[in-house]
Amino acid sequence: MGTGLAATRQSLQDRTGGLRPADAEDHPAHWVGRVPEATSVNLPPELARYDCRNNRLAELALRQDGFADGVAAAKTRYGAERIAVILGTSTSGIAETEAAYRRRAEGQTTLPVDFDFAATHDLFSLSRYLRARLGLSGPALTISTACTSGARSFMEAEVLIRAGLCDAAVVGGVDTLCRMTLQGFGSLALLSQGPTRPCAADRDGITVGEAAGLALLVRAEDAAPGTVLVLGAGASSDGHHMSSPHPEGLGAVTAMRAALDSAGLRPEEIGYINLHGTGTRANDAMEDRAVTHVFGAGTPCSSTKGWTGHTLGASGALEAIIAALCIQDGLVPGCLGVEQVDPDFRSDVVTENRRMPLQRVLSNSFGFGGSNCSLVLGRQEAGA
Amino acid sequence: MSGVTCHIGGLALLGPGLPGWAASQAVLLGEQPWQDAPIVVPPPAMLAPTERRRTSLVVRLALAASTEAAEASGLAPDTLETVFASSNGDGAVVGAILETLATPGGEVSPTQFHNSVHNAAAGYWGIGAHSTQPSISIGCHLDSFPLGLLHAAARQVPVLFCAYDAPLPNPLAELQPTEFPFAMACVVTPEPTAATRARLTLRYCVGEAAPAASPWQVLERGNPAARALPLLAALAAGRPAQLTLPLLDGARLEIEVTP
Repeated sequence: MGTGLAATRQSLQDRTGGLRPADAEDHPAHWVGRVPEATSVNLPPELARYDCRNNRLAELALRQDGFADGVAAAKTRYGAERIAVILGTSTSGIAETEAAYRRRAEGQTTLPVDFDFAATHDLFSLSRYLRARLGLSGPALTISTACTSGARSFMEAEVLIRAGLCDAAVVGGVDTLCRMTLQGFGSLALLSQGPTRPCAADRDGITVGEAAGLALLVRAEDAAPGTVLVLGAGASSDGHHMSSPHPEGLGAVTAMRAALDSAGLRPEEIGYINLHGTGTRANDAMEDRAVTHVFGAGTPCSSTKGWTGHTLGASGALEAIIAALCIQDGLVPGCLGVEQVDPDFRSDVVTENRRMPLQRVLSNSFGFGGSNCSLVLGRQEAGA
Repeated sequence: MSGVTCHIGGLALLGPGLPGWAASQAVLLGEQPWQDAPIVVPPPAMLAPTERRRTSLVVRLALAASTEAAEASGLAPDTLETVFASSNGDGAVVGAILETLATPGGEVSPTQFHNSVHNAAAGYWGIGAHSTQPSISIGCHLDSFPLGLLHAAARQVPVLFCAYDAPLPNPLAELQPTEFPFAMACVVTPEPTAATRARLTLRYCVGEAAPAASPWQVLERGNPAARALPLLAALAAGRPAQLTLPLLDGARLEIEVTP
């Protein structure tokens, strides 16, 4: 849907999504959400060992919207050692490993000598790369809780800031297309035939996408006027099944309530819910029940995965940023490509863009292993 | 430099020649030399047979240590938040998927795929402990133990912390050598409990650490989770200690142990 905030805004307003028919290498996916610009990004030569698609996408993201400059300013203010780097990813640079396996000659078992496992495949590669690239020396952490990874980075940064271990944190999520996730979701028969249509009566699965979403988190009192705040965050585990959500959404309910509690808000104070809304039969039905349980049927909600696809470990960060844009722009982006909402759903699923003032938005992320995380974002005056 | 304080108890470990906390005391105290012995990882009794069958060695390893720690802590397992730290995750499953993907016509299995997520051990723990508590799984290469412990302590609520790793299959093993399976677990709490062994002050510091002599060096090099051994030995001895763990990219974690 474009690189940078302006393109993302425009795409939300114009209802033009970023999903495209898949290439042969994306088998068995029919559609994907690819960031074509990531392919040609060059990392700085001194960090060449970190070169892989995932870190290229991270590099592309930090060049947008003055992000690197913002971090540099924070470095001057707090000191490099007081800024943590906490990022989420589910597969890091594993596409590089997949390619290394394929590059082996017939009968050869060892991997090519130029393949750098620690700097690409390893989950920590992402956080180490951004920490080095941005010249930071605070604690680094890679969180990998499947599709909640990006959202959890926001929540865990707050933990480290509150504990006094840092004054600011680079947070977010980065995940890139790889065969493992495409074929894995294919094996679960969860890939959509066309672009994913979350909440549709005839929805047929996810479209896998790739994304990098980065944010600089500071204490509310340190933020510039007008900055969207993270008002609260909540997490839970399903304790139910590895890949199927709890049918009644028990874990989702717990995470949403915990997020509201931590923000000190009542359900009716939320203006819009950005759903996890993956487009699978099970997730969307569970989430509708969970949302209705906590909020009743009156809160507008939608999934923006019709634009982005399911960007897995990046999705929670990407959607937190989308939630912030929605607040700034007063926009509820209706689900893309949905002609009829599932008639069994009771929540207020929006399928056309609505213009309305938004003070606070809740964003959901759920993942394999029964991992759940909800964030509440809002305007500064709303948090006072 | 900035620090956090926590109380540590409910200790557990499982590694070669180290078959559980109680059974490893003589070795941890230096009364007996460490001797290599095959590690026996029990099947997770906390899971129903259908789930148990799907668990791999590394998940069983993490669950064994976590179960021992929760029991020793005296706290109900479903009241504890969890932090699981692992460098390799389920390397056996990831390695098998990579081989499949490199094989023309190879098909990834659904169970393989959902077991490949880094939070698989955490997911099975939640199922087995009937816990809906928040959980995170981190992957920090060779620093998963020190950074996981720091993060568990920073949460300032009772947390079950488990660091675990098992060898990767070839050809990945050549690039990321892990010599043997090892897991440790403990419960960290903001306030002391009946099971508390010591107060820990953890300080994240910039600057490389001078290499310190450690009787555990061979084991520490053989598995990232075994970097816990100097701390576990200090806790077994019940003596004050000052430990320094080097971190990647020019930082270190200093741990002050106050029994």
